[in-house]
Amino acid sequence: MSSHSSSPEPSYIEYQGKYKGIFAWILSTDHKRIGMLYLYSIMTFFIIGAVLGLLMKFELIAPGKTVMEPQTYNAFFTLHGILMIFAVVIPGLPAVFGNFLLPIMIGAKDVAFPRLNLFSWYVYVLGIILVVISQFAGEGPPDTGWTFYAPYSFRTAGNMLPAVLGAFVLGFSSILTGLNFIVTMHRMRAPGMGWFKMPLFPWTLYGTAWIQLLATPVVGVTLLMVVAERTLNIGFFDPSLGGDPILYQHLFWIYSHPAVYIMILPAMGAISEIIPTFSRKSIFGYKFMVASTLAIAFVGYFVWGHHMFTSGMSGTALYTFSILTFLVAIPSAIKVFNWISTMHKGSIDMQTPFYWAMAFIFVFMVGGFTGLVLGSLAANVHLHNTHFVVAHFHFIVFGGTGFAFFAAMHYWFPKIYGRMYDTRWANTGLILFFIGFITLYMPMFYLGYMGMPRRYYDYDEVFHGGNIISSMGAWVLIAGVAVIIINLFRSAKHGPKAVADPWGGKTLEWTVPSPPPVENFEEIPTVTKGPYDYSQD
Amino acid sequence: MYSTTGIEASNFVSSFDTAFFSVIGISILLLVGITVLMLYFVFKYNRKKNKVAEHIEGNTKLEIIWTIIPTLLALGMFYFGWAGWHPMKNPPKDGITITTIARMWNFSYLYENGKQSAELVVPVGMPVKLKLISVDVLHSVFIPAFRVKEDIIPGREKIMWFIPQKAGVYDLYCAEYCGLQHSYMSSDLRAIPQEEFDKWYTDTTALASTVDESVPGAAGFVIMKTQGCNACHSSDGSKIIGPSYLGLWGKQHIVVRDGQDVLVTVDSAYIRKSIYEPNAEIVKGYQKGLMQSYDKVISEDDISKIIDYLKTLEE
Repeated sequence: MSSHSSSPEPSYIEYQGKYKGIFAWILSTDHKRIGMLYLYSIMTFFIIGAVLGLLMKFELIAPGKTVMEPQTYNAFFTLHGILMIFAVVIPGLPAVFGNFLLPIMIGAKDVAFPRLNLFSWYVYVLGIILVVISQFAGEGPPDTGWTFYAPYSFRTAGNMLPAVLGAFVLGFSSILTGLNFIVTMHRMRAPGMGWFKMPLFPWTLYGTAWIQLLATPVVGVTLLMVVAERTLNIGFFDPSLGGDPILYQHLFWIYSHPAVYIMILPAMGAISEIIPTFSRKSIFGYKFMVASTLAIAFVGYFVWGHHMFTSGMSGTALYTFSILTFLVAIPSAIKVFNWISTMHKGSIDMQTPFYWAMAFIFVFMVGGFTGLVLGSLAANVHLHNTHFVVAHFHFIVFGGTGFAFFAAMHYWFPKIYGRMYDTRWANTGLILFFIGFITLYMPMFYLGYMGMPRRYYDYDEVFHGGNIISSMGAWVLIAGVAVIIINLFRSAKHGPKAVADPWGGKTLEWTVPSPPPVENFEEIPTVTKGPYDYSQD
Repeated sequence: MYSTTGIEASNFVSSFDTAFFSVIGISILLLVGITVLMLYFVFKYNRKKNKVAEHIEGNTKLEIIWTIIPTLLALGMFYFGWAGWHPMKNPPKDGITITTIARMWNFSYLYENGKQSAELVVPVGMPVKLKLISVDVLHSVFIPAFRVKEDIIPGREKIMWFIPQKAGVYDLYCAEYCGLQHSYMSSDLRAIPQEEFDKWYTDTTALASTVDESVPGAAGFVIMKTQGCNACHSSDGSKIIGPSYLGLWGKQHIVVRDGQDVLVTVDSAYIRKSIYEPNAEIVKGYQKGLMQSYDKVISEDDISKIIDYLKTLEE
């Protein structure tokens, strides 16, 4: 042990292995380097997706043609959806922060299968390449929306096959990451860390990993069926071949609804780390937080039908899905109550990650409550497929997962880079982001209520006002994103050096140096206390 | 039996309002309440004022309370949604049935007496049942003012219903993404008093009377308008989805047949084939698979009227 302290292990950033330059990263099996590979890939696609969204908002600022043709608009919302869902939000927190932090937070040196972990990233890149090919090869980019609904997806001349195969391949990356995390948590927790001493972020990764492992194959099979139908004319979904388009919707949403929980559970986990740290207080109701995570992961499998209330299902199926949709909201409500109660009688240090967590709670509540509106059968019939739905899921997926991603980024940034960011710029970015976000998406609830259908390139004059406000929100939002990313980018290079535990966190990642050494721990720690034990302070 | 005294546009407006505003009302109260509480805690327990946190790990009684109360609220919200939706699934026996045919990218309406219309004309105060048929991909009938929506599934026949309660012209949109012209797939819904409707409905000569037989091609023009051909084919030479009608008759152009380029002359046989087997030959530069066959929809007789109309569009 003493020999180590005289020559400390190099950090994962400085470490010189077999390979040099970029190969030292893209051939590394270190979970931290792989996490960073995902971070840079995801940020790249997030920026592309955001720019596509911004251009769509330019188009919608006035009725009629503004900047693009309808075919371009249809291709843009398709690519925006595919990139944001499959390449950004689904891998999102698990692939970046899960990879980087899960082993450290449970006191392990790496994940269970480090090579499989690197392979998952390559599978991810291959999936992206296929999606990119679909844009430039064949008879023009896909224009079906990210849902690929049959039978339109068989009629369009757009280059569907590579896009569908791309989504299929991206699914494998997700399955492999899930498998890796499950085994890691079962087998590699530090001595003394029983299941109920595990921090909440790993717990949400655990729930997420099971969804990735069990639900993703369903969409894989479904997308393969689309490929078989398009190439071999086997009639699964196209009525002109004897298939059933509703079957496609069932299979698609059996995966894609649980996928929403893949996106939001780790987001909740990150928030559950941040709030105790800055309140200097144990999380309120730890076991209820764990139970609600597992409840969401479980009940989330059984609510897919609420995407199809107007598609055509038996009445019994419809109200069963409706009631389950209401019930799946309860564990999320429990989480919100526990977060707020954690602040009660705490000693709250108002830092950037905590501001992000507060903003997350607000936008997540708006997303959750409007989800209840959509779960209500009579309300859904009117609001389904309108801008109300678009606003709702952007509040959950971008508001929920996106805010939590930036919260996590500002929380673990000093750990990851060993440097601190400029707080003033970080807070400015947050304020712009928040104002832009609300201005962009709030009017869309109103537009949907007024009856503006989604995926509309052009619209009637009654919807004009709401669209102007919404488009202007997009500009503010993008400005916020730019400030945040530039600040983090600069600080990663030039920020002041950070200590091992800048926030006073209690989980294991704060016990190792910033940035962490290659092997994480000189000696695997023995855990005796709960993850948020502030009782000695 | 059916109240027509309400000022709402349809019989489903009030049940939507109940379901929608009960959830929105409770949600806004909770959203404001929880946000204010969070801000209060953040100010009150700020580290500057409160140096040391109290050690609290949880409270089982509170957890049970805030599980049960939201569950009851959620069940109540579910009930209002269910109650408002249940009648939508149970159309009454009486009323009129209108077959709604959706195709990329228009709606057409076929009445029980064979009357066809590009506009949905309905009587106020009478249950209207729409029999929904799609000839190509998914579409959806969405009437925002009536708070109703139902997807149209090719290969399935579905029914949606409502009672128009207030005369007026309303928007009817397609709400399920169906390709290039999706946002232009809409039609007017005109709700008129019963007597006026009866007159419109029984007047099957309306078509003939508005067509001046002495004007060449007028009948063909009306047929094409009713079928919605102009959604994809212009009469002024501009390219929409398919080739324009302007100067089409007698023209020679290159089509792709079984992957081969073939030069054809536009004559009666060609027009007939283009309507009955639209995908057998595709004019070079246009997409395949977008037009459906109008076999059994447009008669041979109507085709000759269409040809008369096309002849008037020589350049």
